[in-house]
Amino acid sequence: MVAEQINMLLNGDFAVAWAWKHVEPDVVAAFPITPQTLIVEKFSEFVANGEVRTEFITVESEHSAISAVVGAVAAGARAATATAANGLQLMHEILSIASSMRAPVMMAIVNRAVSGPINIHCDYTDVMGQRDMGWIIMFTEDAQEAYDTSIQAFKIAEHPDVLLPIMVCLDGFLVSHTAMNVRVFKDGGVVKEFVGENRVVPKIKVMGKEVEFSLSPKNPVPLTFGPFAYYDYYFEFKRQQIESMGKVPNIVERVNNEYAEISGRKYGNGRVVPWNVEDADIVCVVMGSSAGTMRYVAERYYNEKGVKIGILRVRLFRPFPWEDIQNILHGKQLVAVFDRAQDQGAMGGPLFMETLAALYFAKDKPNIVLNYVYGLGGRDLPPDLIKKTFDELVRIRDGKEKPFIKKYLGVRE
Amino acid sequence: MNMSETWRPTPISLAKAPDLLMPGHRLCAGCAAPVIVKLALKAVPDPKNVVVVNATGCLEVATTIYPYTSWAVPWIHNAFENAAATASGIEAAFRALKNKGIWKDKLPTIIVFGGDGGTYDIGIQSLSGAVERGHNFVYILYDNEAYMNTGIQRCSSTPKYASTTTSPAGKVIPGKLEWKKPIGFIIAAHHNAYVATVNPYYWRDFVLKVRRAIEYEGPAFIHAISVCPRGWRHESGMTMRISKLATDTCLHPLWEFDPETREYKITDRSLYIAKNPDKKVPIEEYLKLQGRFRHLFKPTRRDDLINEIQQRVDKEWNYLLRMAGMK
Repeated sequence: MVAEQINMLLNGDFAVAWAWKHVEPDVVAAFPITPQTLIVEKFSEFVANGEVRTEFITVESEHSAISAVVGAVAAGARAATATAANGLQLMHEILSIASSMRAPVMMAIVNRAVSGPINIHCDYTDVMGQRDMGWIIMFTEDAQEAYDTSIQAFKIAEHPDVLLPIMVCLDGFLVSHTAMNVRVFKDGGVVKEFVGENRVVPKIKVMGKEVEFSLSPKNPVPLTFGPFAYYDYYFEFKRQQIESMGKVPNIVERVNNEYAEISGRKYGNGRVVPWNVEDADIVCVVMGSSAGTMRYVAERYYNEKGVKIGILRVRLFRPFPWEDIQNILHGKQLVAVFDRAQDQGAMGGPLFMETLAALYFAKDKPNIVLNYVYGLGGRDLPPDLIKKTFDELVRIRDGKEKPFIKKYLGVRE
Repeated sequence: MNMSETWRPTPISLAKAPDLLMPGHRLCAGCAAPVIVKLALKAVPDPKNVVVVNATGCLEVATTIYPYTSWAVPWIHNAFENAAATASGIEAAFRALKNKGIWKDKLPTIIVFGGDGGTYDIGIQSLSGAVERGHNFVYILYDNEAYMNTGIQRCSSTPKYASTTTSPAGKVIPGKLEWKKPIGFIIAAHHNAYVATVNPYYWRDFVLKVRRAIEYEGPAFIHAISVCPRGWRHESGMTMRISKLATDTCLHPLWEFDPETREYKITDRSLYIAKNPDKKVPIEEYLKLQGRFRHLFKPTRRDDLINEIQQRVDKEWNYLLRMAGMK
């Protein structure tokens, strides 16, 4: 049954803070960095006003933020943090430790270009540098989805078959600082019921005894977290993580469906959100807020020129939903992948490379797959540029122009 | 600081207290680190309610080689530079769980063990941050005066003229050229932490200070000298003799800092030496036993360098005496 909700004028950052308020994690540790700052400022207000019982640790760096939440989760608590760009890079070392320790940390990432030159605006290079650290990575399109996904994230990460940390990404400024009417649960209790009032720490068997998978001194056998593992065991640690990562796609879909029951909102199958792709022979693959702008242009493009262009938004980036990509894009004439991340020295951007690899194994490969790198450092992707790009795609599809591997959009060449 | 001074540890009572670091670990023969850990954990009032955090280092790698562990307490290793930050998250977690009624007992004692590299150098930011925020934890530095785990490289704790693999005594340069960083005073300068120096040879002073650190509501920092036969280049059987000399020469004097009164107090053997200055042993007695200082004696005796070290020890000792109001 859909629970009662109210409209609140929230930007993406405040939407994350409200999700945290409703989940009420035991521990939040964070360090300010633009454009993430509004999350921690708003959450600090909730703490200062006694609206949450969360222990809020105002750490001296992002490295300590992630270190503290890993410690908190190991102690059996539910914990969250948030960062962006350079802050995420500073956390890099601890990201692989968090996933190896099977710590279901929730981290909001407000995507921002990495230095240098220093920049505060949106691109995804910050997260792309962390994509193989064993975290689940989800991209959202607007403040509403940032709120919804921040709630779902706890349930996905803490699922006993998963136990992996999760990043919920929202576009710096484009989403983080742009206000919209967000449907928010009137009663935070609904959210707590959805994710569980408290984190359920799994039980494991050690030396014949059942123990809580935590640092609890009450365990009959005290546990050692973060040991030293040589070549004789390290690989098995990683193999187990990979096994759990493989279970994420189904759990994301299930949580997406369960969330739809209480909220009335659903994001595709949870992993990808297709729009008009079924009868389009040109499909654009994209993540984040650009998907909205593209749908806006594609709708007008159809009305004006009668050409259907489908938009496939990837919501779950890690684990990458390659089966969805294959099922949805097989048989298409042209697939254009839009990357808002650097592709230094690679054949294309990260989303392109993943999509291309998936399509290689599709039963009926698209004729043409190409890549646009756009929006670095917050460079705008205005509707008229998208329209020109659509024109180009149509010309390529019709054989009037030669296809290419990649192009850079909106940059001075 | 209003401390309960009712605990009277004796060799027998300490021997009877459970060993929370179990045998079978792979630390070197003669390493002082396990002595420090065992002594410290014997000072914990409730051994069934303690969580240990360990920075990357010899102690961590040699005690937890998977699938084995030597730890009879809940234990976590996160990374090299973040032991104090990890401890702050654990401390906050138990407070939150207690507020919610999920954790019903007294809050656990949280003890961090970090080596000198993880404390003086790469971890000092994380440590300073956790102390500033006032978390209730005890940080115990086992100081073997170099990056021993990676093979004896110099760090900011390495004493001047010690030969290490990155500050080797060569034909031109006689070992490390910089003085040791005064870590205890740096942490004391935060003005909210109980700080003490200890020496495992002076075990009674050691355990009493750890107990005080645990009872203090707030951050506490214990600086233990940790003799390393491998890195200091001496026979493994000489650990305690050299450890004793570190204090008897006043190189590693025993003191504590009370954050409430802001008073420094000299303790135990160091207090005795303060009152009986003729008992102060010349630094040469300490240096000549260790291969890392061999170049000060052979092939030619470097009286200039030995005297320079002696003058520095005297200067630091006099500084401490003034801080403690004894001069």
